[in-house]
Amino acid sequence: MELIVASAIGVLTAGGIYLVLRLRTFPVILGMSLLTYAVNVFLFASGRLTIGAPPILSDDVTVYTDPLPQALVLTAIVISFGMTAVVVMIGLGAFLGSDDDHVDDQPQSAGTEQQT
Amino acid sequence: MNDDQTFKWAANVSLFLIVALPFLGALLPGVMNSAGRSACAGVTFTVTLAAFVGLLTNLPAVLAGRVVTAGIDWMPALGLNVTLMLDGLGFFFALLILGIGLLIIAYGRHYLSREDNMGEFFTYLLLFQGAMVGIVLSDNILLLLVFWELTSLSSFLLIGYWKHLPEGRQGARMALTVTGMGGLAMIGGMLILGNIVGSYDLSVILQNREMIQASPLYLPALILILLGCFTKSAQFPFHFWLPHAMAAPTPVSAYLHSATMVKAGIFLMARMWPVLSGTPEWVAIVTTAGLITMVLGAVIALFKHDLKALLAFSTVSHLGLITMLLGTGTAFGAMAAVFHILNHATFKAALFMSAGIVDHEAHTRDIRRLGGLRALMPVTFVIATLAALSMAGIPFLNGFLSKEMMLEEAHHTVLYGSHWLVPVLATAGSLFSAAYCFRFIGHTFLGPVRDDYPHKPHDPGPGMWLPPAILVVLVVVIGVAPFLAEPFVKIVTASVLGMAGEVPEAHFKIWHGLVPALYMSIIAVVGGLLLMTVFKPLLRLWEATPRPEAKVIFEAIVEAAARVSQVVIHGLHNGSFTRYAMIAMVTMIAAGYHAWVTGAVGEATRTMQAAGPVPIAGWAMLVAATVALVILHRNRLLALILIGIVGLMVSVGFVYLSAPDLAMTQFTVEVVTIILLLLALNFLPNRTPVESTTLRRVRDAAIAVAGGLATFALSWHYLLRDAVSTPISEFHLANSYKGGGGTNVVNVILVDFRGFDTYGEIIVLGIAALLIYALTETLLDGPVRRRLLNREPDQPQAGDRHPMMMVVVTRVIMPVVIMVGFYIFLRGHNEPGGGFIAGLIVSIGVVMQYMASGFAWTSARLKYPYHGVIGAGVLVAGFTGMGSWFVSKPFLTSDFTYVRIPPFDKFELATAALFDLGVFLAVVGAVMLSLESFSRLARRTDTPDTEYPMDIDPSRTEGPLENVTALKEGN
Repeated sequence: MELIVASAIGVLTAGGIYLVLRLRTFPVILGMSLLTYAVNVFLFASGRLTIGAPPILSDDVTVYTDPLPQALVLTAIVISFGMTAVVVMIGLGAFLGSDDDHVDDQPQSAGTEQQT
Repeated sequence: MNDDQTFKWAANVSLFLIVALPFLGALLPGVMNSAGRSACAGVTFTVTLAAFVGLLTNLPAVLAGRVVTAGIDWMPALGLNVTLMLDGLGFFFALLILGIGLLIIAYGRHYLSREDNMGEFFTYLLLFQGAMVGIVLSDNILLLLVFWELTSLSSFLLIGYWKHLPEGRQGARMALTVTGMGGLAMIGGMLILGNIVGSYDLSVILQNREMIQASPLYLPALILILLGCFTKSAQFPFHFWLPHAMAAPTPVSAYLHSATMVKAGIFLMARMWPVLSGTPEWVAIVTTAGLITMVLGAVIALFKHDLKALLAFSTVSHLGLITMLLGTGTAFGAMAAVFHILNHATFKAALFMSAGIVDHEAHTRDIRRLGGLRALMPVTFVIATLAALSMAGIPFLNGFLSKEMMLEEAHHTVLYGSHWLVPVLATAGSLFSAAYCFRFIGHTFLGPVRDDYPHKPHDPGPGMWLPPAILVVLVVVIGVAPFLAEPFVKIVTASVLGMAGEVPEAHFKIWHGLVPALYMSIIAVVGGLLLMTVFKPLLRLWEATPRPEAKVIFEAIVEAAARVSQVVIHGLHNGSFTRYAMIAMVTMIAAGYHAWVTGAVGEATRTMQAAGPVPIAGWAMLVAATVALVILHRNRLLALILIGIVGLMVSVGFVYLSAPDLAMTQFTVEVVTIILLLLALNFLPNRTPVESTTLRRVRDAAIAVAGGLATFALSWHYLLRDAVSTPISEFHLANSYKGGGGTNVVNVILVDFRGFDTYGEIIVLGIAALLIYALTETLLDGPVRRRLLNREPDQPQAGDRHPMMMVVVTRVIMPVVIMVGFYIFLRGHNEPGGGFIAGLIVSIGVVMQYMASGFAWTSARLKYPYHGVIGAGVLVAGFTGMGSWFVSKPFLTSDFTYVRIPPFDKFELATAALFDLGVFLAVVGAVMLSLESFSRLARRTDTPDTEYPMDIDPSRTEGPLENVTALKEGN
């Protein structure tokens, strides 16, 4: 189980990094989403893995999973939605304003700036 | 309260007030600006006067030799406390700062023209004044450093006050660079000093002369502190900034460069004199720097044609003189230095103000275009002449007395084993000093009246000449009756010396008999007069000699530094986000690798749990989707589907690994994220073109694989090991029910244990949503609006924009969704669920209505704007938290009780549920506001908004036909 989770984190991170290094906004946003998954799972896993023991108190259960990382990751998931939305909006605004969805400044546009 | 306490209390208040008044008062001139120039200057004057009077109330205590202190702890852990101390030295400087400040304010009122923003000027001036008073009254050296930096900043503002003049800006920048660098050095020196003694309080440091001078760190501390003092007081080789700072308005020059800022370095040398002086290093560094500055400044001043530049270099020269006196390390030297600080402040401020009057009236400060002003401006002539003669060292004026003392001290000073070096150089400096004073008088005021002044000069109103006149009266009074100043100077000297020396017995007299100092003085004055007779050939010689131009050198250094930083920074930060991301990734991987190879890994303490076929299948799907996403990411719609699969698998993983709350959250967030990305994709190109080279892709893939392996290795290692120290999770499990009244520990942590975090998080979420809204508004206001409205769809459109089936289904399902949301919300405290998840579920229900019936139809039925919902959520959560104040508990303390209403089972009522309601509202508002903003962009002119919920409605009698036609035409 541990191997599965650790390798999933690794794969998500690798995919995320690769996409973040692309040149257009959309893949970069997807890459950041993948990194978000990776980070959330990583943080969640810091409570170690427990199967079939949710953190819901009841009288006849003695083993619980670690609730703390779960609580922290829960808000992280919601906040990351907000942040993704902001980044998407910024990317969208930039594209609509300049008809260009490159992440970096383009050389020819830098040239025109210097001329003006 | 007995008398002693009353005294202390009063002292406390008045010391704090003296320092605080200028800062508080700095707000007023800006506010009073519209009330007129006089009101503006008046309020500044009043504030300064109040501080001045506050200072004078402490005069009896200072005269009695007492040290008035006041203090409160600010950051005791750092040793940084607001402790103030008023002794003779502090009183002396504060008197100069505030007293001359009053005259400068009166003068500045008449000097500045109508175009100048007077409120701004006086605000800067008061800030500067407060910082200066802060320096001289600080008992804590860290506090002193804070004020020290404040003077650098506020003097920058003052010097660059005329922003339209390039010289003003350059001069201000140069002054800030030089004094700022010095300030940095001094911070280092002061910290070393504080470390040696173990206290940052001056009163303690000044008691530890032996300990400091015996320390091996004495020399570095000394050099660093002296760097600060020398840069501030324009000592060689840092003297070059002062003349360039003359681009400032004259009141600023008169204030900063005669009595205050440049004296700050001198003040600090005097303050530190008891502990730092007397060593061979001190004598060598300080005396040498002072001597060179004194002679060099005087020589350059003689050949300057700008009146203010002449005065600036003469200031440099006189500061050198004072520095040299402090450098000799004898008590008599210190006394002469104190006396000369007083005298220099009086005659130099008067001279600057006179130069300002000449500039103001004749519209030029160029000495070559002036001359003969004696007849045209008699009052100014008298003031300037008396002040200049005092500077030249003519008897019956105060400059003579302290110069005589300086020469006397120089006569006894042995430097580098030579008895001749100091006296000869001191005489030479005095000679040049006398010469430029004579030139100042002769070439400006004497000689024939000319007819080619840029502006016909005449004496200004008393508002301008009265302030320098008051100072000149002091010049003459002290000069004629030095015994009046003697007791005060001796008190100040006593506090400079501290325990390191006895105040000399010598009395201030005009006639000391035929002593060497008198001969030196005579040589200087006569030599100065002789020099004036051969001035023209001398000037030609001077102009023919090549000299290093300080400004050019300074700018070359700045240029070079800028180039170096440009190369370094542009190498890393060239505006390419992709590059930053790569550098960041590589750095993180490298740092992780470093930690890995230098750290130790313990034995595995946990055994690996077996994974059944289902988890392996899920893992395989996740990996396959991720890999496919990376390979097929150019097809954006497909990429979106693939990332949906990844998200789904992560949610399923959470379920399997005992995190039902996380799974529900991840799942619902996944839905809204995909909707959001779909909305965005509506406007973006559908494909990502191939742009990067194969080499680049291989490079990125290598970085990605390295990063993936690193995170894999890290997770793999810690998943098999227990935490190094016991986690705090046990506490939450044990107290969730007892303390929070809920059995769902995750929810109790969110709304109770860590409620404050959650509160912050919903605020962040709300801000993110408002940001999106604001960005949308900006887009729709600008040129993008037309483009959006006239957009041609690049994909075939569905004929049915609002299909009947979908409308019906979403309507039917809406109450169900709401009820599920309600249920999830209510059970959240005890079972998986809660405000976050319920909020997301309800949002999805509402979003479905938008999708089915369109933006216009839905928002027309919207009762509460989403901003309001976010605000209500934050307020509900906030007020719930505040509720605990009413029962004297800290913010967000929760309470709960069990209620039973027959015939239902007993249930729980908790304030935490109210808090969760706030979370719920904020989440609904934030999600909806974000999605709504996106969909507002999608409106187009060719497809008008319809007011009907669905396009085809059999029950509708009018309109369906046109509607269908319109749709057909649209395609």
